Amino acid sequence: MEGKEIMQSLSNRKKVLEQKPMNFWERMYLPAIARGLGITIRHFFKPKATYKYPEVQRPYSKNFRGQHSLKRDEEGRERCTACGLCALSCPAEAITMISAERKKGEEHLYREEKYAAVYEINMLRCIFCGLCEEACPKEAIFLDGSHVPPEQLRKDFIYGKDKLVEPRFEYKKEHETTA
Amino acid sequence: MESALLVEKTILVVAVFAITLVIAMYSTLVERKVAGFMQARFGPDRAGPFGILQPLCDGGKFFFKEEIIPAGAHKFLFIIGPAVAMFTACISSAVIPWGQELTIGDRVITLQVADINVGVLYIFGVVALGVYGIMIGGWASNNKYSLMGAVRAASQSISYEIGMGLSLIALLMVTGTLSLREIVAQQEGFVNWNIWVQPIGFLIFLVCAFAECNRVPFDLAECETELIGGYNVEYSSMKLAFYMFAEYINMFVSSSLMAALYFGGYNFPFMYDLGLSQNWITIIGVLVFFAKILAFIFFFMWIRWTIPRFRYDQLMRLGWKILIPLAVANIVLTGIITIVKDTYF
Repeated sequence: MEGKEIMQSLSNRKKVLEQKPMNFWERMYLPAIARGLGITIRHFFKPKATYKYPEVQRPYSKNFRGQHSLKRDEEGRERCTACGLCALSCPAEAITMISAERKKGEEHLYREEKYAAVYEINMLRCIFCGLCEEACPKEAIFLDGSHVPPEQLRKDFIYGKDKLVEPRFEYKKEHETTA
Repeated sequence: MESALLVEKTILVVAVFAITLVIAMYSTLVERKVAGFMQARFGPDRAGPFGILQPLCDGGKFFFKEEIIPAGAHKFLFIIGPAVAMFTACISSAVIPWGQELTIGDRVITLQVADINVGVLYIFGVVALGVYGIMIGGWASNNKYSLMGAVRAASQSISYEIGMGLSLIALLMVTGTLSLREIVAQQEGFVNWNIWVQPIGFLIFLVCAFAECNRVPFDLAECETELIGGYNVEYSSMKLAFYMFAEYINMFVSSSLMAALYFGGYNFPFMYDLGLSQNWITIIGVLVFFAKILAFIFFFMWIRWTIPRFRYDQLMRLGWKILIPLAVANIVLTGIITIVKDTYF
């Protein structure tokens, strides 16, 4: 009795499927084939889902997480302060870094007093979860690139600062022209 | 005069052979294209514009593949198998009338390689031979899967040949001749097509043609899920290509047979009302015939990408318990209608 009550539909959407023996029309099979043929020929003329890749590239989604880039601030200085929170948050242990202290005369290069002398991400380990991006207190790392290109050797997948830091833009020129 | 006939026939044979091969070759591409289009993708389109060089690439690749003959295989039969399959597939196109007469100078050229008066019987004999290629290959491979595939192919094609033959008997009762040329010539215009007098016969013939060609939904001889490829598991390189090619040639030949027997062959509506010369009628007729054939080939592919494969017992049940009684009933019905028509009208 209890079991039966459990089987009752709570949503009132339960439908009991009746399995009737097929009638002659259904057993003939040909009408069903004709319907199937109709479906496939409709698909034949439908627009195709394929992007012809090298010629047509599919746009990335807005929140696509691709290759990391280390950001600069509005004066072109590296934002990263080598706090190591990204490495700590990384579930795949893909990030490693060696910090260094900013010397006098390097203020135009590094924003904070401490900076990452070496910053490496192993792209084979990285799972592109975006936790480093979330962990970063300095808004220094974002996964805003495209996908990581293929390489021949494993060691080439360990990206250093040369590949990660975004290129320096000429802020000074802009500044001068506006002034 | 005799040498002229020889030259004429040689040219015709070579032309038919070349056309058959080209159509079979491009059927492989079209098949993949059709499959793609029905599955919301494009199919191969990298080799040349729209992928038209794809069959050449595939063929070239087959030539360079390693030739493997299994140690336990019967070497001679292993080699002869695909050759037989290919040979029987090719010779069946000999009796198909491709068109009417061409008049060049004072010479009348019939566009048919051999107008034998038992054309339909010849086709039947050759089609029955076709299964030998599969059987020999499957047996010679010394592999249980290929043997299973071969056994299936044999029993399937024997079962469906009966239905096919019975459906043709009804057609022959209507036409009164076994010569394919005459059968086509009778279907002048549009209303005389045999499909209008033999719709059930055509349906049976169509289903049996699918089974004879080992095409989906009756491709149990090469059923991947059960037999990992069937009779051609052990084959590689050009031998495998020959088997696949033979399948496409069979498809082409049975398409042309259906077009010739039931859909008027080279006849097209209003062919004598347009005021064209005989040569032009012939040329257009040939083109029309090929259009019909290509439509049938497309239909073969259309079916392939629509219907799942039958189970083996279902296949046998359909062949023996449905198609054969239906074909017999069709013969009786045709006989009654013919007698009634002859006596009362």
